[in-house]
Amino acid sequence: MIAYDQNHPGNPLPEKEGHVSRGRFERVLREGHFAVTAELAPPDSALATDVYDRARVFDGFVDGMNATDGSGAHCHMSSVAMCAILTNVGYSPIMQISCRDKNRIAIQGDVLGAAAMGVSSMLCLSGDGVQVGDHPEAKPVFDLDSMSLLEIIRGMRDKSTFLSGRKITSAPQVFLGAASNPTAPPIHNRPDRLAKKIAAGADFVQTQYIYDVAQFKSFMAKSRDLGLIEKCFILPGVGPLASARTANWIRTNVPGIDIPDAIIDRLSGAENQKLEGQKICIELIQQLREIEGVSGVHVMAYRQEEAVADIIQQSGVLGDRKPWYPGCEVQEQIA
Amino acid sequence: MYSVRQWSVTHSRKLGKFYDLFEAALFKLHPLFNVIGYERLEKPVRVVEQAIKGLLFDCQMCGQCALSSTGMSCSMNCPKSIRNGPCGGVRLDGHCEVKPEMRCVWVEAWRGSALMVDTNAIQQVQVAVDFNLKGSSSWLRVVRKRAEAKALLDEVGEVQS
Repeated sequence: MIAYDQNHPGNPLPEKEGHVSRGRFERVLREGHFAVTAELAPPDSALATDVYDRARVFDGFVDGMNATDGSGAHCHMSSVAMCAILTNVGYSPIMQISCRDKNRIAIQGDVLGAAAMGVSSMLCLSGDGVQVGDHPEAKPVFDLDSMSLLEIIRGMRDKSTFLSGRKITSAPQVFLGAASNPTAPPIHNRPDRLAKKIAAGADFVQTQYIYDVAQFKSFMAKSRDLGLIEKCFILPGVGPLASARTANWIRTNVPGIDIPDAIIDRLSGAENQKLEGQKICIELIQQLREIEGVSGVHVMAYRQEEAVADIIQQSGVLGDRKPWYPGCEVQEQIA
Repeated sequence: MYSVRQWSVTHSRKLGKFYDLFEAALFKLHPLFNVIGYERLEKPVRVVEQAIKGLLFDCQMCGQCALSSTGMSCSMNCPKSIRNGPCGGVRLDGHCEVKPEMRCVWVEAWRGSALMVDTNAIQQVQVAVDFNLKGSSSWLRVVRKRAEAKALLDEVGEVQS
């Protein structure tokens, strides 16, 4: 038998009053730091080192990495496995759970398994429809939706029971997340839906890409009026656009993402569109950070993951803080 | 039918009020239902319910109707079966990401909900669907549950007095 290693970096942190998980991500937020999370694209391979290679580019710049669960309804390495690989060296992944591919029996099993592997944060999603993915002929499951999923995992955590009422001997201590899209219709009801997600158990929320700051400000104003910012950490989503063409393509083909003309015009007028896209992203982060109730940002830099560190660095949102990464203690000692 | 479905959302307030009266009337019939037996009633009531709600709402007979809290827009018509929507994929014109020719069931639900007497009912978190109830009558279930709740209340009342 392998001995339990007390000094393993993936071990949960000691329990803390007022915290629901024993993970690093919740700590950063509850301590009042401006948190940064990034989306980690899962590899289409069976190699653990591929996961580490993809994670490493964020070292020292993010507080959590979202391990996506068949994002865009495409087949990739599973989020449970990715998270287990990441916690193994101490990373603090946010495990995304989509309701598209698994029913309540499978999902609850995954929640326990992932928590046992040290996963402390989970994000509940309904999931994209199968028609957008690489297997449009697949059977969509959708046994649950993001809301009922939140409620179920909260029950597992707080009441130590499965949805069936059957007892769990050791409850999963997880910090629960949800997604929100402030830019999709019905726009004026989006804060109401956020309220519902909080009622169902969301401790933090990460949003779809925000490119229209004015619109997001009104979303936040209503959320403040509803008293939501005291109950939930809100991390707006940002990401660099590679070019005006990409932006146009996204706007036309990806439902739920709104990119204002002004952004597209700015990109098409730039000499180096890729750099301009990153510059816009940096400015967005800086503007979003000033909004009352914004607790951090979630960076989704699809195919530009290597640019994230630079974007965060230049935005200055971390100040002097350097988020934990494997081996950082050693680095500090050397320095 | 799609156009009738949209009409129902536009008239959610009237339909909601009518349903409340209808439910109260059914509830009065509970003693009779009890004598006949709910099991025996299940089939004929289900046929009627399916015909009426099928016409008005494109009802899918989930057996746990939530129309009163979804602005009279049946959430089972959502291609992702979302019971607490809308998801983040709604198109800018308010149409569905999966079926672009259809208006999002949940955009419609919020529209209908704003017109109803209880505009807050939509905020109630709908729990996971019980697939054992699929195909059964929601009306009978509601009446039966109300009767059981009332019996329980009466019992508590008697104990206290």
